[in-house]
Amino acid sequence: MTASPKTLFDKLWDAHVVIPETEAAPAVLYIDLHLIHEVTSPQAFTELRARGLKPRRPDRTKATMDHSTPTLPAGPDGRLPYASEASEKQVATLARNCAEFGIELFDMSSDQRGIVHVIAPEQGFTLPGMTIVCGDSHTSTHGAFGSLAFGIGTSEVGNVLATQCLLQRRAKTMSITVDGALAPGVGAKDVILHAIGVIGVNGGTGHVIEYRGSTIEAMDMEQRMTLCNMSIEAGARAGMVAPDEVTFDWIARTPRGPKGADFDAAVAHWRTLRSDEGARFDVEVHIDAADIRPTLTWGTHPGTAIGVDVPVPAPVDAAERKGQDYMRVVAGQPLAGMPVDVVFVGSCTNGRLRDMREVADVLRAHRVAPGVRMLVVPGSEIVKREAEAEGIDAIVRAAGAEWREPGCSMCIAMNGDLVAPGQLAVSTSNRNFEGRQGPGARTLLASPTTAAWAAVRGVVADPRERFSDHREVA
Amino acid sequence: MTASNASGFPVRSASVVLAQTNIDTDQIIPARFLSTTERRGLGQHAFNDWRWREDGSANPDFAFNQPHNAGRSVLLAGRNFGCGSSREHAPWSLRDLGLQVVVSSEIADIFRGNALKNGLLPVVLPEAVVQDLMTRPDDVLTVDIEARELRTPDGTVHTFPLDAFARTCLLEGVDEMGYLLARSAGIQHYEDTHHAR
Ligand code: SF4
Repeated sequence: MTASPKTLFDKLWDAHVVIPETEAAPAVLYIDLHLIHEVTSPQAFTELRARGLKPRRPDRTKATMDHSTPTLPAGPDGRLPYASEASEKQVATLARNCAEFGIELFDMSSDQRGIVHVIAPEQGFTLPGMTIVCGDSHTSTHGAFGSLAFGIGTSEVGNVLATQCLLQRRAKTMSITVDGALAPGVGAKDVILHAIGVIGVNGGTGHVIEYRGSTIEAMDMEQRMTLCNMSIEAGARAGMVAPDEVTFDWIARTPRGPKGADFDAAVAHWRTLRSDEGARFDVEVHIDAADIRPTLTWGTHPGTAIGVDVPVPAPVDAAERKGQDYMRVVAGQPLAGMPVDVVFVGSCTNGRLRDMREVADVLRAHRVAPGVRMLVVPGSEIVKREAEAEGIDAIVRAAGAEWREPGCSMCIAMNGDLVAPGQLAVSTSNRNFEGRQGPGARTLLASPTTAAWAAVRGVVADPRERFSDHREVA
Repeated sequence: MTASNASGFPVRSASVVLAQTNIDTDQIIPARFLSTTERRGLGQHAFNDWRWREDGSANPDFAFNQPHNAGRSVLLAGRNFGCGSSREHAPWSLRDLGLQVVVSSEIADIFRGNALKNGLLPVVLPEAVVQDLMTRPDDVLTVDIEARELRTPDGTVHTFPLDAFARTCLLEGVDEMGYLLARSAGIQHYEDTHHAR
């Protein structure tokens, strides 16, 4: 008898079950890599101490500080400009917890520090076949390497610290297949915004999404991370892409990934990590790459995605009407042409070297429009150094934008980087919820190219103009 | 965590209504209040930007500021409640606000898990039922975990799905960390067989 074909998710799940699930109890699932940061871990350590416990596998736990850290350098007194005493205390608490329990920490003095979902793949901690969790919903990013990676709450952070395991019910599966070539000026961010628009902001609830098809196979790792990163914005538990040569090449270049014979053995195993021929998904979605335009959001959740030149739809319910009022968009008119106050490039969605290069491509020949504030925030110290080695910081500054220190920054507006009330921001981050970028801030989610082009034009504009129209030489 | 699990059910309470769909965790507790190292004290910031005006005064139009809603422990919310971030601060703040039950036609995965760990019961009922309950917020509802039932004063019974394990945890105050710790031998065996290379 031949075994029935398995999806990639099935393979990863089955390989990590310590105790199978039953009607009465969820499965005990082993976690290979646990990432922690300052905001969602302190109460978990408190719980550990209260029970007199130690982390079971500090060697499988890696920590960074990113959410509430300043993106401006230290002042003349050598002190970092934290937004509040509470933030500084939270960062110090993480450092103390890591020191006490022997957890490797990428702290403010580390030249490898950065946003948790940027540095783990960069270091080679994130590997195919792993289960990876973090007290952060964008942990789905790591699925780009063919791992099962998902966000957890603080109680679960405590559970994983104490036992290296989680209680989990098996998820349902969904495939999103994208085939064909993307148009110039259209990238991974447009693909995922488009996909969320298709399945809806809750369309993935209870599911793990596998992205497949020729469009995905043609993407580099940075694009695949952008894609998987936003799976949670469709409500999905996780997103993943089967590992291939592109994945192995990335890992081969990481400082902490497997080396030599270990690497070769790992690759042989990683090659088996793909959905079998004939494997069935609970839901299957097909998208034609040719249908994807430069895409932004018009409302206050990421499901409100439309092409830049497509009219904003009439609201279907009170919530959409409230969203449109908040955003001050007009049904029947496209987003193109809306005046922009702030442009934010960065975050775990689009804070990698490729994203910095896309922005530099636009800014090389243009200046940021008068009255627009543009912030470019590399996702890690390594991204920052590599971008600077290519002169991207100089291009950004010469164009009139700010080049900052790595961190989450304006994505979550916890560190003092925020959009003023009522201002309109075009942002490469992942959430456009009311107030996400500051109280009263209005956020349009977009790709780095679309964001940079909006900064140059001073209004939301179609970046495909760059490839067709006179403006590029203007 | 055991703190508040076993107590308080069945719940008997009228409801507070937030009819809006897709209420995300940034609305439940804005990120700028996450710079805490404690679990307690977040209730005053629950729904902060809807509840408090810029000058710090209460927005009288917001449900949780209306005197007749004081002391109510059931929230009736629009579809897809709790989407967005994994912050457990969201259920912490709602518990701190005095809520014990959230009823919606769809509740986001991570929020649902986080809520259950903090004695906040997520009740998923069909959209039409939720809409109907929203028209009668003053009805005293009975939410019974044991029977997995939400009962209205006119005798209507709505059963809701509740994972058997979550139900046991809520009823008996079993905590997940303790449950996992009790399985250390199995975990050790897994590590020995999977990582011995
Ligand atoms: S960049 Fe934004 S989404 Fe990513 S981890 Fe930081 S706050 Fe979360």
